[in-house]
Amino acid sequence: MRLLTILFISSIVLGQGNIVSENSFTAYDEVLASTDKLITIVPVAGGLFNMGSPEDEAERRKDEGPVHAVRLSDFWISTLEIPWDVYELFVYRNADTPAENRGEITLEIDGISGATMPYINYNKPGYPAINITQYAASQFCKWLTAKTGHYYRLPTEAEWEYACRAGSKDTFSFGTVSKSIASYAWYKSSSNGKLQKGGLKKPNALGLYDIHGNAAEWVIDQYDRNGYRHHTDLVTDPFQLGEELYPRVVRGGSYKDEPARLRSAARGYSKRSWKKRDPQSPKSLWWHTDAVHIGFRIVRPRALPAQSELTKYWIEPIKEY
Amino acid sequence: MNKLPAATKKYVSFAGEIKVALVGCGGRGTGAAGQAIAADRDVRLVAVADVFADRTQQCLLSLAEKYSDSEQLAVTEDAVFIGFDAYKKAIAMADMVILTTPPGFRPQHFAHAINKDKQVFMEKPVATDIVGIKKVLETGKIAARKKLNVVVGLQRHYQRSYREVKKRLDRRSIGDIISGQVYWNGAGVWVKPREPQQTELEYQMRNWYYFNWLCGDHIVEQHIHNIDVANWFIGAPPVSAQGMGGREVRKGPDYGQIFDHHFVEFTYPDGQVVASQCRHQPGCLNRADEVFQGSRGSVHVHSGNYGVIQSKRGRDIYNHVGENDINPYQQEHNELFAAIKAGEHRFTDFDRGANSTMTAILGRMASYSGQEITWAEALASNLKLVPENLSSFKDTAPVLPDEEGNYPVPVPGVTRFI
Repeated sequence: MRLLTILFISSIVLGQGNIVSENSFTAYDEVLASTDKLITIVPVAGGLFNMGSPEDEAERRKDEGPVHAVRLSDFWISTLEIPWDVYELFVYRNADTPAENRGEITLEIDGISGATMPYINYNKPGYPAINITQYAASQFCKWLTAKTGHYYRLPTEAEWEYACRAGSKDTFSFGTVSKSIASYAWYKSSSNGKLQKGGLKKPNALGLYDIHGNAAEWVIDQYDRNGYRHHTDLVTDPFQLGEELYPRVVRGGSYKDEPARLRSAARGYSKRSWKKRDPQSPKSLWWHTDAVHIGFRIVRPRALPAQSELTKYWIEPIKEY
Repeated sequence: MNKLPAATKKYVSFAGEIKVALVGCGGRGTGAAGQAIAADRDVRLVAVADVFADRTQQCLLSLAEKYSDSEQLAVTEDAVFIGFDAYKKAIAMADMVILTTPPGFRPQHFAHAINKDKQVFMEKPVATDIVGIKKVLETGKIAARKKLNVVVGLQRHYQRSYREVKKRLDRRSIGDIISGQVYWNGAGVWVKPREPQQTELEYQMRNWYYFNWLCGDHIVEQHIHNIDVANWFIGAPPVSAQGMGGREVRKGPDYGQIFDHHFVEFTYPDGQVVASQCRHQPGCLNRADEVFQGSRGSVHVHSGNYGVIQSKRGRDIYNHVGENDINPYQQEHNELFAAIKAGEHRFTDFDRGANSTMTAILGRMASYSGQEITWAEALASNLKLVPENLSSFKDTAPVLPDEEGNYPVPVPGVTRFI
């Protein structure tokens, strides 16, 4: 049995009014007020692409097909997986002021009091934040929205693959031959079994670092191994919200994986065992215990969703016992 | 209480059943009850006890999420006990008891359970003061005589990665351990704000982490896990401790009495020194792990199923692959219930539990006083933080705030070792 809870949703209050939308569609740095932290954001012009991998792609798995046409709207995406020093601003809320208010979204200082970091994490500045739940990553987006007035959320699975490919139709964003992968990605045999600082390898054509490897990345969607089969006609801005907590999709592969799992079309998914060492019941909504290879990056859609849709993308918490 | 999901039918006994009572219905107790249920089909959770009614209710609701259709969740409405003596009533109904209240109450609950011939799982730490340690040691002797199994929730002892590493250390894969460093550096834990209707005692028991009589400070409550590994790997508790600590970041009435950092050097019988760090300060580097240097190599372990033994030259002697290892919190219950089922006496964890708790208390005494303190001196102390015979929230709390709401906080050089 699962139980939807609204316990923590009340931490940020959405009212009437407008989140800022912008006419210019260019790269920018999201500077976090009162800190020296920033998140570099680049535009991804929407368009049509073929999602999934062809049947003759080496190491392909069945859940990557059939290849199907997807149309996406414009969005921005962060160039890096969100690092600890930025994520902790959300966890500890010490960059917030109690009265901070963007007009339409109010931050309440103690809204995240369930988010105590319970486990070992080598939370070095510049290293991707890991072991966080998909819900926690979404709530980071909500918090960032409230702080900046720009609407952020996790990428959809389609947005993620489109941004990863950056126009490429090959196995990896940098081509078919996995020989060059060491220049672009941290994976099992190059990482020495350790998560690495973000941004040290070459970026893809859009300027996205570590899109293959290092931390695998949360997206919004639930995982459905047969999901692509339903997409026989052209789909626009698809995503699939989850009703169940597991499995949800992660993309890009991680520092623990063989190169095959880092392919642009490769799909990973979350597992219940990622919280197996949480000794409490209910288990933490915010932290995994065994997902030290899972991080996230963030997206800002150019066109704002309808007011009634804003919170939908921030995901409902589902308690786990 | 009308929402309690307790079964209304009378409990029916059957051959082979193991009746379990849960004493302390917080998140950890609820988790442990679930692990007991999962450990064996013949386990029946028959009673729960807590001082707080809402805690019993949340606990049963949580368990019902998973076990509402299971006969194993067999707590009838009249087996939900609330209050300071609730533990006695719950324990009376059971064959086996889970003790998961704040640790200040553990010695008293453990003594009662053993007195009533119950098998025991109890969480770490097992005391917060020396009087409590002595009580646990005495009770342990009785438990051994009665052949009652006692498992203490120092779950690293039930974790494959630690066991595999320990096996190799016993084969002297790194020679003699010379030194070590153990860490639980984190951001801290929850805070429960004071509510106007609460008495002082109730407030302290809600916000228990910050009161020494209940919690023992985080060097005892949390860092015990890492200190315990030092005792385990070296094979003995330390002979002395000296160190420092204080409150640098986490100050004010909401945080009661405890420090936000301790740094203690423990000296072991052969002169080995283990440096112990624990920190509750957000924004710093977090780590919770254990490292030891031996005459022939080194070892690094942590609870993420990680265990690496290396030669002096940095060559891997052992690198544990543990991604699919069983959760040690489940394993400790699996092994305990297997023993109970087999009618065998296999577990006497109270020694380890008391020694490792004592080691952490020794560290706390050193950092609070700023003095070097020997194990013998500490054990000769009559430090008593937990009052006897609390019976109501109207009772006087053992520590009281000043006019500004601040609690007495230890000051090194001023606070005396007693």
